[in-house]
Amino acid sequence: MEQFDVIIIGAGITGSFIAHSLSKKECRILVLDKNADVADGATMANSAIVHSGHDPKPGTLKAALNVRGSRMYKEICEKLGVSYQPVSAYVVATDEAEEKILNTLYKQAVERKIPAFFVSGEEARKNEPNLSETVVRALELPTTAIIYPWEVAIALMEEAVLNDVQLKLEETVKEIIKCDTEGFLISTEKGSYCSRYVVNAAGVYADEVYQMALDGFGCKDAPCCKIHPKRGEYYVLDKLKEPLVSRVIYPVPGPSGKGVLVVPTTHGNVLLGPNAEYIKDKEDVSTTAEALEYVKKNVCKTVRNIPFDKVIRTFAGLRPSSDEKDFIIEQSPYIKGFVNAACMESPGLASAPAVAEYICGTVMKEEFSFPYKKQYKRRKPMTVVRNLSDEEKNLLVKKNPDYGQIICRCEQVSKGEILDAIRRPVGARTIKGVKKRARPGMGRCQGGFCEPAVLDILAKELGISPLDVKLAGSRSVMLVEKMKEDRDDKI
Amino acid sequence: MIKYELIIVGGGSAGIAAAISASENGCRDILLLERDRELGGILQQCIHNGFGLHRFGEELSGPAYAERFISMLKETNVQIKTSTMVLHIGKDKTVSYVNAKEGYVTLQAEAVILAMGCRERTRGAIAIPGYRPSGVWSAGTAQKYLNMEGYLVGKRVFILGSGDIGLIMARRMTLEGAKVLGVAELMPYSNGLPRNIKQCLEDFDIPLYLSHTVIQIRGKERVEGITIAKVDDTLKPVKGTETDFEVDTLLLSVGLIPENSLSEEAGVELMPKTKGPLVDESLQTNISGIFACGNVLHVHDLVDFVSLEGEKAGKSAARYIRGELMTNACIKTRAGNGIGYVIPAGICVENIEDKQELMFRVTKNARDVKVALYLNDVLIKAIPKKRVAPSEMEKIILKKEELSAGEADLTVCLIED
Repeated sequence: MEQFDVIIIGAGITGSFIAHSLSKKECRILVLDKNADVADGATMANSAIVHSGHDPKPGTLKAALNVRGSRMYKEICEKLGVSYQPVSAYVVATDEAEEKILNTLYKQAVERKIPAFFVSGEEARKNEPNLSETVVRALELPTTAIIYPWEVAIALMEEAVLNDVQLKLEETVKEIIKCDTEGFLISTEKGSYCSRYVVNAAGVYADEVYQMALDGFGCKDAPCCKIHPKRGEYYVLDKLKEPLVSRVIYPVPGPSGKGVLVVPTTHGNVLLGPNAEYIKDKEDVSTTAEALEYVKKNVCKTVRNIPFDKVIRTFAGLRPSSDEKDFIIEQSPYIKGFVNAACMESPGLASAPAVAEYICGTVMKEEFSFPYKKQYKRRKPMTVVRNLSDEEKNLLVKKNPDYGQIICRCEQVSKGEILDAIRRPVGARTIKGVKKRARPGMGRCQGGFCEPAVLDILAKELGISPLDVKLAGSRSVMLVEKMKEDRDDKI
Repeated sequence: MIKYELIIVGGGSAGIAAAISASENGCRDILLLERDRELGGILQQCIHNGFGLHRFGEELSGPAYAERFISMLKETNVQIKTSTMVLHIGKDKTVSYVNAKEGYVTLQAEAVILAMGCRERTRGAIAIPGYRPSGVWSAGTAQKYLNMEGYLVGKRVFILGSGDIGLIMARRMTLEGAKVLGVAELMPYSNGLPRNIKQCLEDFDIPLYLSHTVIQIRGKERVEGITIAKVDDTLKPVKGTETDFEVDTLLLSVGLIPENSLSEEAGVELMPKTKGPLVDESLQTNISGIFACGNVLHVHDLVDFVSLEGEKAGKSAARYIRGELMTNACIKTRAGNGIGYVIPAGICVENIEDKQELMFRVTKNARDVKVALYLNDVLIKAIPKKRVAPSEMEKIILKKEELSAGEADLTVCLIED
């Protein structure tokens, strides 16, 4: 049986940051995820913001880790070679009651040493011409940044894997029991693994994974967190000739969260959303007409001139919400060596680097005090042809003509970039995997033009039949039958 | 920078026709750029018959229709680059493209013809609620998989939208052994050609649900089913009218959008209704020397008319290069009551050789109507029509002498008795 020092359950943003942190040390790490790709849960579908840390209630882990995480992101993204854009944010108030909430947020920000200042409605509209007429005052939070969440997670996992972390996808943890010698024995449908420590970063399933461990360690009745998935739905707008907003626009927060936002994305699109709805099914990422209508109605309270005819996609994501109203990050009092990173709802993304730091440096300081590796391999950033100068592009095409063959027109993605997405460590295995890494199909035609070409490249690269290429999960087949007749005569 | 007289962006039916015509009209130095491996555009995947009735007086398949034009093109001096993606068109008529052989190249043109065609509206654009599994495709993508790659995308199919590609695919997939359970159309009428309703749905007993839409997609990984519902006059679903279908595939044929991101970068002004460029009688856009034709200008019903429009654009570009085109479009056209849009948007009478065509679509189905033309509120023409439909492009041909040379408004209206 394979022996590990630490097994991390969950390859979302939290698990990826923890794996990356530990990959710098001399220890054997395994990451398990039930999905077919890294970052396929909450990390895949959220607002993609590194909040400044102004919003969480004082005294919570959320507050501490968000503030810290927000300060860590820039350097991490630069080192990984992924995008980080400090676009700033306005929290906008439309009446006196809301202005009072702004004051509270301002005080919180000042206490946390987060840069924050007020601007009048007029001044805010000067900087953001599409801000609603009803906005009377705004709190500017200049350290607010946008990132491309799954790009970060994939990059972290790539670098972790380059430094000998093992990643096993499409493996669902079925049982966690005591190992004969010491530590844990974790079984999935495909195998069993032994480990001294376990980190539970299983997103919406973190409660079930913890309960599984409690069961396996004879503490069935010990208190366990309970996760209530909270679904949020979004619209994605096409790239516009004139940007709709340049900052993140928050309404004042309400009881169910930060409200419906307008968010510029790192690739020039705009996200509108989310709503917040508690649901039962942890896989239910379906969108609903009601929620999308709610988003549409509410988003128009803060921003005007939203071109809803430029919507290119809608999506829904689940936040791992809980009754605790705070992250649960601790070593289980019942199972030594089992660490929960649970209930990572917003600001989970913004806090993720600090969560890893807190686990490795505080919660498990003793246990994870492995010596640092002497040599650490850095990942090579992805080649993104559209970001290069013409001279650089031409040098590249001369070396490798695949970079001159554009497969996706909307996002200007070359064949070379798609091949890279498949061939790199933690490479894409599905249509969605390619899309997450290189972006073909993310644009206005949503893959209508390029998807058959991407499918063909994937099949050839993976050495499989086109019939076996999947959209994402193992049952998401694309093509169902090869036509028998030879169609060479058709042209 | 290398210079060309004329660069044509897009080697589908419009671009090819434009290239041939420009060459025949004396243009010497023409470059045609096409993103696909071969010329012909969407025609190459339209292996059904029905192309060329107007043009050649016979029914051809898409590839056969394309082949006729491609062989004519080969007789000309037009330079062709395939597998070449145009990335940018400047106001100054510079054209930047990339291909694997040459890399990134920018050229200078005297005139540019936009012939990029159109794209299909997507599920995202109409925000159908539900999961986002595999099994939801635009009809054209499913057609490409089937006719170009040789793969069937599903066995039990429902189609949303009764656009022609959807109708054609209903028949095509049925013939290949799939079961098409129905077609839902949001509007109380189909947007497809009447002959396609007959030959692709009725002949195969595929039900058409008018005033219906898809309100739910089920299936976390692959489509497992969909729900349709009737819509009211405001096009909102009516509670209690839901019907479920167990299908593995949902095809969308919910409209085509002219592909104008390059045009917009060049500063070309678009018509909100068509999402295609505003053009004058010579198919010239607001940027002098940039012309548009085919589905990038407005979505056509028949390729025959795309070819005609391409030829006109080619000829206009040749005239422009010779300095023969004026740009003072004195007559502004307007879409009046019952008319969706009119092309051209402006007319410079001096540029008309002998006749000028007006193309337009009505906004609703109607019978026994008149299409009336008013020049500055004076009725100059009233053409009786037995029936009109938004799905069928209408044309009126005006003689040069019917139009005044001075500033004027030309309004097209639908008059119901």
